[in-house]
Amino acid sequence: MNFYLTYVLVASALFAFTALFTLFALYSERKISAFIQDRLGPMEVGKYGSLQAFADILKMLQKEFIIPTAADKILFILAPIIIFVSVYLGFAALPWAPGLIPASLNLGIFYIFAVLSIETLGILMAGWGSNNKYALLGSMRSVAQMVSYEIPTGLSILSVVMISQSLNLQEITIRQGILSSEAVNFLGIYDVKAIGGILSWNVFQAPHLIIAYIIYFIASLAECNRAPFDIPEAESELIGGFHVEYSGLRFAFIFLAEYSMMFLVGMIGVVLFLGGWNSPLPNMGSVSLANWTTGIGWGIFWILLKTLSVVAMQIWIRWTLPRFRVDQLMSLCWKVLTPLAFLCMLISGIWRLTMM
Amino acid sequence: MIRKVLNVFITVAKGLKLTLGHFFAATESRKVKAISDPNYFAQNSGITTIQYPHVQLPIPEVGRYQLDVEMDDCIVCDLCAKICPVDCIDIESIKSIEAIGKTSDGTTKRLYAAKFDIDMAKCMYCGLCTVVCPTECLVMTDTYDRSMIDLNEMTYKFSDMTAAEADEKRFALEKLNAERFAAKELALQQNTGNKI
Repeated sequence: MNFYLTYVLVASALFAFTALFTLFALYSERKISAFIQDRLGPMEVGKYGSLQAFADILKMLQKEFIIPTAADKILFILAPIIIFVSVYLGFAALPWAPGLIPASLNLGIFYIFAVLSIETLGILMAGWGSNNKYALLGSMRSVAQMVSYEIPTGLSILSVVMISQSLNLQEITIRQGILSSEAVNFLGIYDVKAIGGILSWNVFQAPHLIIAYIIYFIASLAECNRAPFDIPEAESELIGGFHVEYSGLRFAFIFLAEYSMMFLVGMIGVVLFLGGWNSPLPNMGSVSLANWTTGIGWGIFWILLKTLSVVAMQIWIRWTLPRFRVDQLMSLCWKVLTPLAFLCMLISGIWRLTMM
Repeated sequence: MIRKVLNVFITVAKGLKLTLGHFFAATESRKVKAISDPNYFAQNSGITTIQYPHVQLPIPEVGRYQLDVEMDDCIVCDLCAKICPVDCIDIESIKSIEAIGKTSDGTTKRLYAAKFDIDMAKCMYCGLCTVVCPTECLVMTDTYDRSMIDLNEMTYKFSDMTAAEADEKRFALEKLNAERFAAKELALQQNTGNKI
């Protein structure tokens, strides 16, 4: 019986985390965008507008559920649930600290990748179910974009998996730090197993993974429909894209999914390439910083710090770069990212055979 | 191809550097200065927002905002209503039976303003009415923040007479006119009587 209680507790904790993170990200995104544009952002609700996100969500909760008359009601109602659940399920296999993982799956990254693809289905359902030309256009663009960008994402993930020889995210993380049971080679030459820290991260174990990470990062921006790849939403052309017709709590769920997706893709990138919960501080002689800063508390701290930096980077990019055109988006994916990802995969194979 | 990709990275980096510069400049806020200040345009970085209801930019005293009438000085000459391009001033005057008094610049007032309405919703803030006003009683003030819940409240009523007072003056004028008319008739009759 306790078994199930733990399951429910873990699931609720993860849900609470995604909700809190969304509120936090909403506020920080508004503030960061304001500062970038020489504005102040929310200032009235609470000190420096800190309660603005709560006020927004309260407003959302009070709103009426509007279903357009001509909408396909079943698809329309199911879509936000599917969109959110697919992202939320992804959190199940992500490691937070040594020994702290909701579900230590052997197929971890494969599972996340498969579950995230379902989001596309939800978006298509939302667009089709709304019976609105903008929503349909947005969702069609979204599907085209997400399906295309899953290829460079998958290939860059594959090049990491080839290096670490595991699909289990906890395993992949352990092999990037002092807790590793195998040799950890900085640039494939120097053994840094005892030193740990930033030197043992995957991007420094095999430097071509830096390119793989850049590919993954760009593709992940496209996967979570964020600027400069936000053509499915395209506020200025499609007035919001697939979620035009949604109101109240249903819209809130789509929003929640969007921001959780940002955190999720950021965290996957951190786990695969940037050492996950491993400390960036190396052991230096008698000052064994890596040993001191490894543990459950430290693990959560490091992974949150790294992931939030990646999320901040995503926000920063959104408020800097203009939106891609559809053809530019596709040509970037198929002509640049996909061949480069293939190249990374090839190098990974050679690296595995010769250097390790 | 490689050059193109490299160029992409260079330009993206340039853009990111620019936005990051603005992000870190956000510690500084715009100083509240009047437009007459020589350094008004000097500050080129930092947040430009002024938190309006809490902080206000100083404006010149002779701003061209809301209209205001000093009714004690008004001679009800109707010039402002005539020059107004959008006809937002509505004046109804009643002739007085005697001189009412003097304005502050010594002009004798001979008309009562039964109605002096300015519809600020129509006003285009050209300021022509203030130019033609002979006694300079119609001025533009530095008040600009006025919003109303009811559209009718946008019509400012400056007349200081009550309806009863206006009726009284009207009645007095009619009486005087009737008396004058009667006197004229009488004179006319006498004239015609003399001629015949």
